[in-house]
Amino acid sequence: MTTAAVDQPALASLPRRAFDNLRSGNLGPLPVVVALAIIVVYFSQTASNFFTAGNFNNIITQMAGTTLIAYGVVFVLLIGEIDLSVAYVSGFAGVVAAEMQLPGTWHEFPGLIAILLAVLVGVLIGAGQGSIVALIGVPSFVVTLAGFLIWQGAIIKTVESKGAIIIQNDTINNTANYFFSHRAGWIIAAVVSLVYVIGVLSQVWANRRHGIPVRDPLLLAWRLLWVPAAMFIVVDICNHDVRRGVPFALVLIIAALLVLTYLAKRTTFGRHVYAVGGNAEAARRAGINVARIRILVFMIAGAMSALGGVVLAARLNSVDLNQGGGTLLIDAIAAAVIGGTSLFGGRGEIRNALFGALVIKTIENGLDTKGYSQGIIFIVTGLILLLAVTLDAVARRLQVKSGR
Amino acid sequence: MSDTPLLELRGITKTFGSVQALTDVDFECRPGEVMALVGDNGAGKSTLIKCVAGIHPVDSGEIWFDGQHVTVHGPKDAVKLGIEVVYQDLALCDNLDVVQNMYLGREAHDRLQRLQEPVMEVKTAETMKSLAVTTIKSIRQPVASLSGGQRQSVAVARAVMWNSRLVILDEPTAALGVAQTEQVLSLVNRLAEQGLAVVLISHNLHDIFEVGTRITVLRLGRNVGVYDRAKTTQQEIVQAITAGVPTKVAGIPADDSEVVV
Repeated sequence: MTTAAVDQPALASLPRRAFDNLRSGNLGPLPVVVALAIIVVYFSQTASNFFTAGNFNNIITQMAGTTLIAYGVVFVLLIGEIDLSVAYVSGFAGVVAAEMQLPGTWHEFPGLIAILLAVLVGVLIGAGQGSIVALIGVPSFVVTLAGFLIWQGAIIKTVESKGAIIIQNDTINNTANYFFSHRAGWIIAAVVSLVYVIGVLSQVWANRRHGIPVRDPLLLAWRLLWVPAAMFIVVDICNHDVRRGVPFALVLIIAALLVLTYLAKRTTFGRHVYAVGGNAEAARRAGINVARIRILVFMIAGAMSALGGVVLAARLNSVDLNQGGGTLLIDAIAAAVIGGTSLFGGRGEIRNALFGALVIKTIENGLDTKGYSQGIIFIVTGLILLLAVTLDAVARRLQVKSGR
Repeated sequence: MSDTPLLELRGITKTFGSVQALTDVDFECRPGEVMALVGDNGAGKSTLIKCVAGIHPVDSGEIWFDGQHVTVHGPKDAVKLGIEVVYQDLALCDNLDVVQNMYLGREAHDRLQRLQEPVMEVKTAETMKSLAVTTIKSIRQPVASLSGGQRQSVAVARAVMWNSRLVILDEPTAALGVAQTEQVLSLVNRLAEQGLAVVLISHNLHDIFEVGTRITVLRLGRNVGVYDRAKTTQQEIVQAITAGVPTKVAGIPADDSEVVV
């Protein structure tokens, strides 16, 4: 049309683009998808109860909390920082939600209010820790390590006199334990697919209005096909579980994925997050308020941790002294990193967290189904994490090499 | 090319503690010309442009821009006037693509803060085209995958895109190979042809003589002289940089005389 003739869209350039990406160290979700395929094939061959619809639903409810937390971790990693407090912030938020529904006290609120209060606590914690990092300049590693201890202490202090707090509120418990009817599942798949397709096409239309041709028609067609297809396949699997359908937790993690991806990719805030992670000094000179971006990112991490904490508490219908403990922190960070988010900032997608959590929880579930002990599960997860970080380091080196 | 200067500095003086960085420096740059600013290390080149860019406040002296006496208190004031500086380290984000870097911190967005990618892409393509930057394959490729010359082109194009009137380039060719240096120098030429005032800081006399219209020499914080490229030699410039300007007094050999401003 007019001027945008800078890019010559080459038809069937998909393999070429993939090759260029690989060469320049931009691996994308490829390694994790391959890994996932291998894991699923392996366990379905060797473990008898693994490849069932019921177990699929189990994996989703098991991974939901970790995934939500990992979404927040991706944001923090994108600006080149780290948040070690996410697990205990999530635990503390779970305790807050449990306290705020406690029957027979002055603070017996409706479930939704209790959840919102928990998320608010997460946001405030994130704002506090983020401010210390961004305004005073204390390394995030230290600030959030302190947070790790502080919020663990806060959990123990709150719960120790009672031992555990039972959650009787249905709204809260349903975040992890509600399953939609089979028909509702299909409707959800249709709605989510529609939202996705409209989102993608609106971008294409906006481009066409400005005379920018579709750069890669094949890629576009592929995206428009496989995402809705994946939705319907997932719902189909969920619905094969005779007693249960699509878990509410699945809807929650997909909705959060869409919202956060939109935030990261289509808004000025998201663009500034990537800029700060890529070159903070350049971002500052370009007039971006770097401190503000950092604080907001830690607030997002706090909010997602809290939401994940509510789901984790709801899954067990209670909170106890170990809330937020165990491998939750490692799982959440590992999920983000295994999915392909760079620890060095600036590179990664929100969806990485979903893929990474899927890998970790599938392995855990598969090994568990086969009857392996916790020790083996730790070792395997650790090796996979090591592999993912090594891939990132190699990818980074390739990128620098192809750069100059 | 007009004869009235776009940027005119009168008697700029700047001290850092006890160090006299600039002493009573006059400087000017006209629209459509490339004013080369040369001098040895520590001569005050960087300090001078930082005063113009609003990074250092001046102790005394006046800055005139487009015939008006202006005060520059910060980088934002300079940008508002239409002054853009391309620093040596370019300040690009490697992980972002060309379009994203061009609009870094000034993204086109609607009221809901949604990015308007098509607007940005079209404008970037236009700017690249008007500057005849043809070596970049796709403006949607990440800056990490560009060569040094291409990166410099992106940084310069970013400076030009915002209706700037004066572009200051700090050592744009310092880290580049021969072919890439040619790329950047021809880009500098095109900026001047489009009527912008260009200040080019460089150590490389070859570059200066290739694109400079006039040459200002700084030595020890003083303006030693302004030379017309057409009427001077590399020899003369080197001498001005290293020894200052010899006064030509009849009967006395020129080279052992004192520096006179």
